[in-house]
Amino acid sequence: MYVAVKGGEQAILNSWRLLAEQRRGDTRAPELTLAQIRGQLGLAVDRVMAEGSLYDPELAALAIKQAQGDVIEAVFLLRAYRTTLPRLGVSLPIDTGAMRLQRRISATYKDVPGGQVLGATYDYTQRLLDFQLAAGGTVASAAVAASALPAAPRITEIMGSEGLLAAETPAADDPAPRDLTREPLEFPANRALRLQNLARGDEGFLLALGYSTQRGYANTHPFAGEIRQGTVSVEVVPEELGFAIEIGEIAVTECQMVNQFAGSATQPPQFTRGYGLVFGACERKAMAMALVDRSLRAEELGEAVTAPAQMQEFVLYHSDNVEASGFVQHLKLPHYVDFQSELELVRKLRARYAAAQPKSTDTAEAA
Amino acid sequence: MSILAQADINVLETACSPLNVLTELTCAQWQWLRSPETGLIMVRGRAGGTGVQFNLGEVPVTRCALRLQRDSHLSANGGAVGSTIGVAYVQGRNVRHAELAARLDALLQEPASCERIHTHVIEPLAAAQAARRDAAARKAAATKVEFYTLAREAQTPGNTGEEP
Amino acid sequence: MDTATATPLAPGFEQRVFDSIKVFRALADAMAHPGEIRRVNARPPAPTQLMPAAAAMCLTLLDFETPLWLQTSHASVADYLRFHCGCPMTPEATQASFALITNTLTMPAVNTFNAGEPEYPDRSTTLMIQVESLSNASGVRLSGPGVRDAIYLDVAGVSATYWRELQASRAAFPCGVDIVFIWGERIAALPRTTRVSC
Repeated sequence: MYVAVKGGEQAILNSWRLLAEQRRGDTRAPELTLAQIRGQLGLAVDRVMAEGSLYDPELAALAIKQAQGDVIEAVFLLRAYRTTLPRLGVSLPIDTGAMRLQRRISATYKDVPGGQVLGATYDYTQRLLDFQLAAGGTVASAAVAASALPAAPRITEIMGSEGLLAAETPAADDPAPRDLTREPLEFPANRALRLQNLARGDEGFLLALGYSTQRGYANTHPFAGEIRQGTVSVEVVPEELGFAIEIGEIAVTECQMVNQFAGSATQPPQFTRGYGLVFGACERKAMAMALVDRSLRAEELGEAVTAPAQMQEFVLYHSDNVEASGFVQHLKLPHYVDFQSELELVRKLRARYAAAQPKSTDTAEAA
Repeated sequence: MSILAQADINVLETACSPLNVLTELTCAQWQWLRSPETGLIMVRGRAGGTGVQFNLGEVPVTRCALRLQRDSHLSANGGAVGSTIGVAYVQGRNVRHAELAARLDALLQEPASCERIHTHVIEPLAAAQAARRDAAARKAAATKVEFYTLAREAQTPGNTGEEP
Repeated sequence: MDTATATPLAPGFEQRVFDSIKVFRALADAMAHPGEIRRVNARPPAPTQLMPAAAAMCLTLLDFETPLWLQTSHASVADYLRFHCGCPMTPEATQASFALITNTLTMPAVNTFNAGEPEYPDRSTTLMIQVESLSNASGVRLSGPGVRDAIYLDVAGVSATYWRELQASRAAFPCGVDIVFIWGERIAALPRTTRVSC
């Protein structure tokens, strides 16, 4: 329970001013531009877009600037902004098979059609601080191959053709998914709703949960079947046109985790999948999402639900960092009346406790 | 429409700057059917790339529609004035981008201007887009791993050739 | 885009944001005062089959997520609404978020439309009914929340049977349909909380 309190208006106004000054920092250093944030803090921009669930690099850069680099605060700003815009429609499902690849690797096969393409990755860096970056200066330009990278088939399709991997097919008549930004979450949540929730979920939360599945809290034995990153076209079918048009392109990261599955009475042993798809270059998030997607499929695959990462309500209710930070941070609101009542209660209990103590203590004290 | 939607706005403005295209764009009579409006499109994906549809997240999109009215239209098909409608759906929040794309969409449907717009606007934009994608794809291609198998040392006496 | 249609497409609201706010306000007001005839004060250019208030309401309320059941088969009306609202047209009355009725003599019974579910009574159909005249001087007696004592509403072309069926449907509250009668620029609303006696 909260109390309406008056006062503090001037303090709040001055707090804003202090915030603005601190955000700007030392004015002898040049102010950050959005182009600099987009260009040089690109992975932070991608994370804010993914968890903010809005693909707009410029706005994400602004949010990061405004939040002084506090990514979760920036996600909140982006989510708040999106509520001011009308929904104009939905896209056709993006075709990640036709992705214009920037990176594509598989941990299950060495030689795959299209090859292992490293792209820009931190995987092979030594994680030593580079003091040359601190000094600034020119950087080496990227190597350019003589011919472009061709589109490559998804590795899961190669495995699928042998029947070793459970096929992913749309449900009968390919229904439109429910949208948890428009309707309340209901349990049990189907896979479409779960994937939407995970795609906008907090990276740290999903990373920890994914990690827990690997350490034994859910029996998964995953392989990174394929990770691909690049750009895909976005197509919509406006009601007034009646045909599909491309409206632009977005960068995404896709991860297909392949998991052993012992089979059941109705299904032969085969590999099953966990799927991750995220805006931007967010590989760690896509991998964690794929692990958690697979663990949440426990029930449909007839596995025992024993670990947190397999529990729908636990995962889906706690994955959203805007909701989570809102509820945690609401504890800062005045709880004066609540606390008064608890104070009274604790005093009464203490009095009762004291009264119940054996008399001997009193005598001893008196003596 | 796809080329126009995916063009960089600055490149698009430049492409429209040749005099005959500009004249076309400004002299024709335009009527807004839907003035530019920015909203959101929910982008969908599929589980496993091919399975059930799910909502991935939203992209901002700006759309508009206008009608091209001019006298020449009467003689062109002898029909009613104002039956050419230009429509644009463009990713992002740039109103000018959507407006230019819609105008060009209308002009592209007109026999009188179609060819000129194609030559001066669409083709250069398509070429720029292809070049941009090609450059990115060639940089990625340079990071493709070329595996090679280490040749064993030539058999020497004492080396049984057994796997360790 | 092939747009060689017989009637050229009419533009929608001149100022989409302000016009739709104004219309929404008028509509909310009408819903809060059941039966009272109000003006929407908007005349968006529209096909002649659509009355000004009907066009204004459609432009304000419909979008791609609100399937519309359309009584008229006039292509110009469907084209206009599809273009400006992006709403899907459904032939299934039970699937419709909104229904636009242009002929009261041949309109379907009230219970043809979706009355919502007890958990989600908001998922019902809202009926927009174009009529030949509206008057508060006489007609059926309306009472309920938002009405002091009673108000009378005369709607040309709506039969006594229809009113009886409407009143009978009130038993399913909180499920039920909401109705807005439209006459030119005027509207009168009958939310599902309003009781009707003939």
